[in-house]
Amino acid sequence: MTVLSDLKVPGPTVTQLSDPFWSAAEAGRLHIQCCQACGRHVFYPRPICPHCWADALVWGDVSGMARLKSFSTIWKPGHPGWRPVAPYVVGLAQLAEGPVMLSHILTGDRAPQVGNSLRFAPTQVGARMLPLFELSQGTETQP
Amino acid sequence: MRHLHPRAAIRGIGELKPQRRTEGVSTMELLMQVSAEAMADAGIAPDEIDGLLVGPQVGETPQHVPATVAEYFGMMPDMANLVDLGGASGPGMIWRAAAAIAAGQCETVLCVIGNHRNDPPPRSPNRNPAREFDTPFGASGANTSYALLMQAHMAAHGCRPEDYAAIAAGSRGNAQLNPMAIFHGAPASVEDVLASPLVAAPLHLFEIVMPVAGAEAVIVTTAEKAHAGPHRPVQLWGAGEKVTHRAVSQAPSITSGPLKPAIARALGQAGIAVQDIDFLSLYDCYTIMVAATIEDAGLCPPGDFGRWLADNGGMGPEARQPINTHGGQLGFGQPDLAGGMTHVVEAVRQIRGSGGARQIPNCDTALITGNGATMSEAVALVLGGAA
Repeated sequence: MTVLSDLKVPGPTVTQLSDPFWSAAEAGRLHIQCCQACGRHVFYPRPICPHCWADALVWGDVSGMARLKSFSTIWKPGHPGWRPVAPYVVGLAQLAEGPVMLSHILTGDRAPQVGNSLRFAPTQVGARMLPLFELSQGTETQP
Repeated sequence: MRHLHPRAAIRGIGELKPQRRTEGVSTMELLMQVSAEAMADAGIAPDEIDGLLVGPQVGETPQHVPATVAEYFGMMPDMANLVDLGGASGPGMIWRAAAAIAAGQCETVLCVIGNHRNDPPPRSPNRNPAREFDTPFGASGANTSYALLMQAHMAAHGCRPEDYAAIAAGSRGNAQLNPMAIFHGAPASVEDVLASPLVAAPLHLFEIVMPVAGAEAVIVTTAEKAHAGPHRPVQLWGAGEKVTHRAVSQAPSITSGPLKPAIARALGQAGIAVQDIDFLSLYDCYTIMVAATIEDAGLCPPGDFGRWLADNGGMGPEARQPINTHGGQLGFGQPDLAGGMTHVVEAVRQIRGSGGARQIPNCDTALITGNGATMSEAVALVLGGAA
């Protein structure tokens, strides 16, 4: 059985601006921007806050707690590199801090449901650690 | 109270039969063929075209598309532009053509969009946020995005898989009345749709458009000049547009889309209620898109599209409000970004009364929707037949 770390798949196209996010993921941390002017978190990285347009974004670690906003079990991947692990689950993780990230969802042997609690789960995919999420154990579906 | 002073109308249409493969034919060749067809249909000579709107040409002409097409056509337009709104590009051209005419810059605009389908296209050359933050997690392509939209819609409203499958089956049914459709001769029941393989759950294969080559052309001119043509003029009564995001993770809502305000604006400009529209020509890259659009148009409350569709008597020409009589893209095939223009061309046919075996009795008005990316680029048009 192929595991995620064996995959040969396209990694992120990292830019100078987004490097803190991907570097932190390599180190096992979820690190995103927050605006000091309006207080809102921002994902993906920007040079200026897209909510209030203040030049006041700072980086910081966030809780890693999230809610599954939607998901899909992928049977026929859009990129052939992912075929060895199909079917697998991708989903929208709404962070406790507000922003939504698309990610790969580790489900174990459970069937995911919209509203499930998620937890940050940095995982090696191909050659690098990526910010994945997993279904939280023993937590109930949130409304 | 209907819009009484339309400034622009459609005088000509052209449409190529969808093909799975074009075997070396270029997009430029397809655009020229379909434009010749539209000019012949309109009874307009090439030297009368003084405006040109074109779509993106994936893999063939990345820049300078309007100039490349104008030169190839031997035209020197007074207005030329590229409309890049994904599947909403075609409908987006129609109101832009009318706006350019109203601005006094030109009188007769050729709107043309199409694509070849030769070797498998190169993988995405994108270096943008959707590429950086979606692809690394195994989420390439539109199927994943629309599966996420559908799963969220099902979870929010408790809709059943057969409700969505009925849209694919209805589209295939309409395709049996259109010899141009890629699925002419290949009907599919709700059971067939649900028995087709899951591609990205909850989306089954038959709920996803078939990619084809093709091209569509529409000629927009002044209301007066349209009256001089050989067909009943099809006037632009109202239009609306809205763009909200690119990647599905950034969508402000994943159960309702930007078509909601776009449709409201188009209907408001036209002064007509959606229940009074004779023909619904709704963008249908996936079954979920039609479901969300029926609800966003205000035809029924959120989550009720399945019941509404049953009460409507399905989607065929005999339905209370027929939908996508050409088969929709689910039945006709999706000629890439030109897919959205098939909904305009079919609406023109219906309002002219030239729908043949699939003609809707007394069709005077149509609502057309276009949708691009991940339910993020929206254009709505209300077209009406000249009195």
